[in-house]
Amino acid sequence: MANGNSNGRPGLKIRVGEALGHVRESEVWSSIFRPGSPFRAGYSDSPRNRSYVIMNNVLYHLHPVKVKRHGVRLSYTLCLGGLSFFLFILLTITGIFLMFYYRPTSPAAFNDVAALSTDIAFGQMTRNLHRWGAHLMVLTVFLHMCRVFYHGAYKPPREFNWVVGVILLLLTLLLSFTGYLLPWDQLAIWAVTVGTNMAAYTPVFGSQVSFALLGDIQVTANTLLRWYVLHVLFLPFIIVVFMAVHFWRVRKDGGISGPL
Amino acid sequence: MTEIPEEILRRSAEARAKATGRDVAEVLAEMRGDDSPSSAKEASIEQPTATAAAPTAPEKPLPTEEIPEIPEEILRRAAEARAEATGQDVEVVLTELRQGAPPSISPPQPATAVASQIPVDPPSSIVPEVAPTASGSAAAAPVEQRPDLATLAEQTGIPAHLLERSYRARAKAEGREEPVPGEVDGPVSAPAVAASGAATGSVSTAAPVAAVPEGVRTQRLLTVVKAGAIQQVKKEPTDKVNTWPHLLAIEFVALMVVTVALFVFSAFVDAPLLEFANFNDQPNPSKAPWYFLGLQELLSYFDPQVAGVLIPGIGLLGLAIIPYIDRNPSVKPSDRKLAIMTFSFFVMASGILTIFGSFFRGPGFNFVFPWVDGIFFDF
Repeated sequence: MANGNSNGRPGLKIRVGEALGHVRESEVWSSIFRPGSPFRAGYSDSPRNRSYVIMNNVLYHLHPVKVKRHGVRLSYTLCLGGLSFFLFILLTITGIFLMFYYRPTSPAAFNDVAALSTDIAFGQMTRNLHRWGAHLMVLTVFLHMCRVFYHGAYKPPREFNWVVGVILLLLTLLLSFTGYLLPWDQLAIWAVTVGTNMAAYTPVFGSQVSFALLGDIQVTANTLLRWYVLHVLFLPFIIVVFMAVHFWRVRKDGGISGPL
Repeated sequence: MTEIPEEILRRSAEARAKATGRDVAEVLAEMRGDDSPSSAKEASIEQPTATAAAPTAPEKPLPTEEIPEIPEEILRRAAEARAEATGQDVEVVLTELRQGAPPSISPPQPATAVASQIPVDPPSSIVPEVAPTASGSAAAAPVEQRPDLATLAEQTGIPAHLLERSYRARAKAEGREEPVPGEVDGPVSAPAVAASGAATGSVSTAAPVAAVPEGVRTQRLLTVVKAGAIQQVKKEPTDKVNTWPHLLAIEFVALMVVTVALFVFSAFVDAPLLEFANFNDQPNPSKAPWYFLGLQELLSYFDPQVAGVLIPGIGLLGLAIIPYIDRNPSVKPSDRKLAIMTFSFFVMASGILTIFGSFFRGPGFNFVFPWVDGIFFDF
């Protein structure tokens, strides 16, 4: 009865465990998980393997193998930079989902967004996640900037990374603002009208700036297409480039800044 | 040697105590006593040779007193450089350097051995002053013209033929009589030569050993690099932990918390969707997205060119060039009161303006109390 049954065969739990063990030892499995991966057979918790976990994984490779102890404290960074990046990924995933059901043309845009809440499984949930995540990202990016300022983390050798960070803040705002128009409802067009009216007051080039932004003399279907392309393609592309520089410079400038 | 921070020492002591099952305080005391195994070894090696070599000067503390061999001018130059770097007075640094010189300048044992054997040229006192008294036989300079080169070679580790060449070059330069190659003086003993060369015969013919006369230095002090004087080669010990699992675990938890919070919020609060866009029906009030409402609020006070272009433009530019304006190297909040106050002022001002524009502005963008007239705000 030790195996939980009386017919003399090993119990289900043991057989499943053995099968999984065979899978983990197979050539296919160990070709997928590089040496040092905790998913590989025979992983043991050693300083060497802890280093391999980071070095041999494409995602964790963003991190150094070791970090300063004070930087790990939650109260130091509050994870704000990491959360901003995570929200960007979340917005990318939910955004791709939404793109399947959206057409950036005048009557269709509003109907497609409205259909998300009625016709499409998890459509409303995904749209909610995308919208609230976007507002939260504006907030975390701004708070991350404040955290960096109060720690004096922009001081040499990190001056330029602060500048990159300010550009990322601006790009985050622009991404949020371009996305604001896409539902094509009363809230969207009038908020964008108010926002772009301010840009029209740019000295000398005011009307040109306004036309470049709107693709017309006021918010129209041209604006919708233009902002859609900016929102789903152009600005994400630019922000990814700047994020790459930002993360790379964090590492190159000696990791996280020192304690106060 | 860099000072090990107290907390790291303590943590290390605790770990060692846990591993060996001893008392933490005891281990800590032991670690403080000999802070690294290498320095302990150094001291133990040094002790016998130094005492044997310097029986007349036992009052000198051993490791630090190796240093009188630093020439005065080099010491002074180092002191000046350090004084400039740290902003101290040159004389103060100089006295400091004279007192506490690092033991890592030259490997202690060979230096002592050389000191005890090489005949000393009194004016250029490159060798510790213990040498003349200590190396009784060798340093009886006037009597012995040719010191025992083979023994010297054995002790210093410098091949005998190099010592020979050095001696001859110096003799030639000073115009003294050059000894005949191959002529070996009495003191050279066969085993000593054998120890330094491949075979006794080949050494004595190919590289004949000659004595080093008085005043010949077989070593030169090229430079003295004091720790930290020129460049800090060794990094300060920093307290680091493995990213896996320490950081990744925290990040994972943070991601989970935010994801769950967003899902829960999204499950209960729907994103707004008003009526279809109608360009003939402007809602009153019309508001920008919330992060621009501070600017829209400024529009009530200033000309659109100022509020809509000048202030955000200057604000963004000013934000970007903060690191190039604030040249204060300190990160201590107490040292950067002005910077913190200025930044906090702008953050609070933009926060207040945003809240004001969001909740206290109603139809016609006129002032309202949100608890009286309701909220005119949509996310």
